Amino acid sequence: MKYNIIEGVKYTKKHEWARHEDNTVVVGLSDFAQDKLGEIVFVELPDIGTEVEAGKGSAVIESVKAVADLYAPVDGTVVEVNEDLFDQPEAINSDPYGAGWVYKVEIKDEAQLDALMDKPTYEKFVVEEDEK
Amino acid sequence: MSEAKKTPFYEKHVALEGKIVDYSGWLLPVQYPKGLVEEVHDTRKRATIFDVSHMGEVSVKGKDAEAFLQKIAVNDISRLKNNAIMYSPVCYPDGGVVDDILVYRFDEEDFFLVVNAANTDKDYDWFKDNIFGDAELKNLSSDYAQIALQGPNSEAILQQLADAPLAEMRNYHFLPEVKVAGVDCIVSRTGYTGEDGFEVYCKNDGADALWDAVWATGEKYELNPAGLGARDVLRLEASMPLYGHELSKELTPLQAGLDRFVALEKKIAFNGQEALKKQQREGMNRKLFGLEMLERGVPREGYPVKVGDQEIGWVSSGSYSPTLDRFIAMAFLDPEVVKQTREVDLMIRNRAYRARITKLPFYRRKK
Repeated sequence: MKYNIIEGVKYTKKHEWARHEDNTVVVGLSDFAQDKLGEIVFVELPDIGTEVEAGKGSAVIESVKAVADLYAPVDGTVVEVNEDLFDQPEAINSDPYGAGWVYKVEIKDEAQLDALMDKPTYEKFVVEEDEK
Repeated sequence: MSEAKKTPFYEKHVALEGKIVDYSGWLLPVQYPKGLVEEVHDTRKRATIFDVSHMGEVSVKGKDAEAFLQKIAVNDISRLKNNAIMYSPVCYPDGGVVDDILVYRFDEEDFFLVVNAANTDKDYDWFKDNIFGDAELKNLSSDYAQIALQGPNSEAILQQLADAPLAEMRNYHFLPEVKVAGVDCIVSRTGYTGEDGFEVYCKNDGADALWDAVWATGEKYELNPAGLGARDVLRLEASMPLYGHELSKELTPLQAGLDRFVALEKKIAFNGQEALKKQQREGMNRKLFGLEMLERGVPREGYPVKVGDQEIGWVSSGSYSPTLDRFIAMAFLDPEVVKQTREVDLMIRNRAYRARITKLPFYRRKK
């Protein structure tokens, strides 16, 4: 596998990941997504308090060549954003599941999280996507 | 649209794990695994090799070849000497741009034109419509492969392989018959990056040997491959126009700030002369300027530029600049407004970001 797909997070078909931590969900871009985008140079983060909706644009990630929406994996209220990304957006490239996290939401419906892909399912999905 | 074509170097890009995209009907690498930013640094500091085989080549021969070129080109081709190269926009009678081209002069009756890939067929038709007298056109685009070797180490690499002295070659000059690693080539000191470098043309059957030799020799000079993404950013940093962005049917070379390539007073009448003279006299409501973001935000093509509520123009090319570590753009703006302000708002997703108007080019190589 040429992409790092980790345990302990759930994945969307748009290549976001979501990690359950207490009553919040941390959101970021998968390694596959950051690799496809290339060097990330800018992020536009949601304001704290924003209501994000599953499947809708919630942040903007820009690489040198492309603009990409980060779609919310679940419904929720933004409670924290990763302000370090303003100065170091490249953290999404170097550490997509760690220092490159994007925002945290207070989750409304845990069932939404369960419906996302786990590691083995996402691995298969990425192989298919990569062949496109 | 017909299926995208492969250049003779396609397999090299695949072997080097380039990300292949369809660019103007050609399958070319947009970047390699090191990434666009590193490819830009490699070009400025060391050397990179680009596949530019998609560029079109057209030969013009005959007693009236120069007169034909004087008619289609806005620059003064009569000033061009043997083994020298001239950059020139080619205009429609209304001053809009057909393409921007390089004119290589072998001798007074033999010229070689290098045109943009996306425009090759359109240009060739335009040339045919304008040809007269004793002049013969040939579209050689599918016969030639081309590499660009760019960056400060380029000369050292190429000199190991070329059977002619390169140190004495000046910018915008070329050697018509050079053997590079035994392959017959045209070697010109040109490029689209703002760095020193060479563009090397050979027939398709020599392409493999040429690439392999340059690649092998380049190893000790830290040669890396670079893709279309880096090429676009490098040319933006050096503020070189790209057709479809800074030049088009709707934009004139004067608006793009290419005055020194427009010989308005040329004795022979040329396409666009009257329209361009008129524009020079009467002024224009959009002209090319540089912008540098004062707030973090990526300027991109088509974004509106405002002063207060007034829209004063648009971004034609924009990017993060790895060399300057800033966000930069070229933009067509109202010159009257620019006289009165040094700061503007660049609209990104309906939000205003402050930007400063700057001189072009953003980057100039230290000689």
